[in-house]
Amino acid sequence: MGVATYIKDEKDAIQEVVLQSGIKVKPVYTPEDLDRVGFDYRKDLADPGEFPFTRGIHPLGFRSRNWTTRQYTGFGTPEETNERFKLMISHGQTGLNVAFDLPTQMGYDSDDPMAEGEVGRVGMAIDSLRDFEMAFKDIQLNRIGSGLTINAVASIMLAMYEAVAEKFGYKKTEISATPQNDILKEIVGRGAWIYPVEPAVRLIGDTIEYAMKELPRCNPVSVAGYHIRESGCTPAQEISYALMIAFAYIDNVVARGYKAEDCVGRFSFNLNIYGNLWETVAKFRAARKLWARLLRERYDVQDKKALFLRGIFGGGGSGMTKQQPENNIMRGAYYALGAALSGAQTTALCSFDEAYTIPTERAALLSLRTFQILMDEIGLRDTVDPLAGSYFIETLTKEMEEKILEEMQKVEKIGGMVEAVSSGYVQREVSRQAYEFEKKIQDGNVTKVGVNKYTEGVDMEVELHEHNEEWARLQIDRLKELKRDRDNKAVNESLKGLEKAAREKTNVMPYLVDCCKAYATVGEMSNVFRDVFGEYVEPSIF
Amino acid sequence: MAEKKIRVLLAKPGLDGHDRGAKVVAHAMREAGMEVIYTGLHQTVPSIVNQAIQEDVDVIGLSVMSGAHIPICRKLMGLLKDGDIGDKLVLVGGVIPNRDITVLKEMGVRGIFPGGALFDDITKFIEENAAGR
Repeated sequence: MGVATYIKDEKDAIQEVVLQSGIKVKPVYTPEDLDRVGFDYRKDLADPGEFPFTRGIHPLGFRSRNWTTRQYTGFGTPEETNERFKLMISHGQTGLNVAFDLPTQMGYDSDDPMAEGEVGRVGMAIDSLRDFEMAFKDIQLNRIGSGLTINAVASIMLAMYEAVAEKFGYKKTEISATPQNDILKEIVGRGAWIYPVEPAVRLIGDTIEYAMKELPRCNPVSVAGYHIRESGCTPAQEISYALMIAFAYIDNVVARGYKAEDCVGRFSFNLNIYGNLWETVAKFRAARKLWARLLRERYDVQDKKALFLRGIFGGGGSGMTKQQPENNIMRGAYYALGAALSGAQTTALCSFDEAYTIPTERAALLSLRTFQILMDEIGLRDTVDPLAGSYFIETLTKEMEEKILEEMQKVEKIGGMVEAVSSGYVQREVSRQAYEFEKKIQDGNVTKVGVNKYTEGVDMEVELHEHNEEWARLQIDRLKELKRDRDNKAVNESLKGLEKAAREKTNVMPYLVDCCKAYATVGEMSNVFRDVFGEYVEPSIF
Repeated sequence: MAEKKIRVLLAKPGLDGHDRGAKVVAHAMREAGMEVIYTGLHQTVPSIVNQAIQEDVDVIGLSVMSGAHIPICRKLMGLLKDGDIGDKLVLVGGVIPNRDITVLKEMGVRGIFPGGALFDDITKFIEENAAGR
């Protein structure tokens, strides 16, 4: 039953429940459990908005501010995507979460042979600033913040975002962008890496440093435990790996002579809402608490706001099934409830048809409505951290904290996250667990409704998003036109400047902004880095 | 004497980096007694064909989550034919809508295993259909 391990007797009564993170759940919790785990209100909880922020980072939670809704959106050409952005905003969505196609994520232009068949497929194709001008047309960039799901070339996209905002007349001090920009998790779980670990982490340091100085409302990195969880880690590992990754990036900035205090306030997190409901809620509460506590202990961060764990709690993709796809609508609603009970600042939901392809307009709107129903209809904004004080939730939050710390120690022993990822330790751990979990589903030891229980035999047909091959042709034609029209001398000059900065280890961001403004392409800029840095080679993990 | 192990090249073609499925299936094939060579991410189709020849595999399994399975499989089947190794058993898994199954079969992809396919179904299919068996 569910993702936890259940042991039952012959009468179907549950004898034992073990959560994925390895914590046993008791049938009944009492004040004695709080004593057992040493629970102390001031130390472990405190009021909402107070250290250690277990109950949330705002004193009044959703009362003072509804969560930001940010469905992952993008496909085909920039114009198609711009239409969908505007549609979602017109239906009450309050932020953007931009999906780029794989060639863009991998630093290839749409006309590159490597891009064949992939242009505009899982996100929109972006080759140059000209495409951003179409993608963000009529979007109020001083009011709508944008998550940019981009990693290996996040520095390029942040520079392009600044360039497009300037072009539209916005000041760089008023725009808010959150590039995902987490390469270590790409290596573990999502695979959109290009450069070797060391220069890739340096690029992240460059974006953080640049944002500290130039882009006061941007969050230059969104550490994504999410994708590691999708790849098969436990909820406790998800948080431990995310925190260890964040520390690796902080260390890069600190090594440049800055105080952690001056950069950590800009970090955000992207965490997963799939799994056992109680474990999920305890995970987020423990994560907020540990982030604040460890920032104080490791880096002596004192500023209260710099200790906030902010982020997008969403997705839930690995919980969704191809079988009986409409069940995913219900699953999504429960996952969203988990996010709300966990005090998410921002949320997004995988849509019910995503086990097939990227979502249709109807499916994306259903996800948005799920959030609106929670907040506007059934009372999730009424009071802050409504589960606080539950004997069970508080005990579990403490136990979760211990599990997360245990996992962190394993990574510390290896020498930190850069080492644990470079050696393939995390990848091995995660893929082994994914296999064991999948076996449990196939053996029926983990119940998945519609998959291994209550099955209906025949898959139902759902309306699917249609990919249009014409989009790629249009994008390639436009790229050719751009290369004819632009001032190619200025492009070459800007690329030379970028190469020099990359070689001399000066911050590349101002040079990337110059390149973007000269209409250099994503492929051209990425190739400068490919030439200087080389490419990453995966460790063999089998 | 033990029967010769079935050799499988498990490949991630194209730019898609979601490899949970490929790795999980690699574990399952090993457990079923096959020799599995995993290519790693971001492989071009010609490189997959070359590896299939060099490793002298019986089976080529592709994992595609990006939706690009049709152009990728079309290219692969063409190259296998050109290289005179059209006898390799080709399977594809990943995010594959039902409507594409016929198209893939017509191309000569013999096993199609969308997300949620059972390990046993995959390994049995290989055991029954791999070349020379």
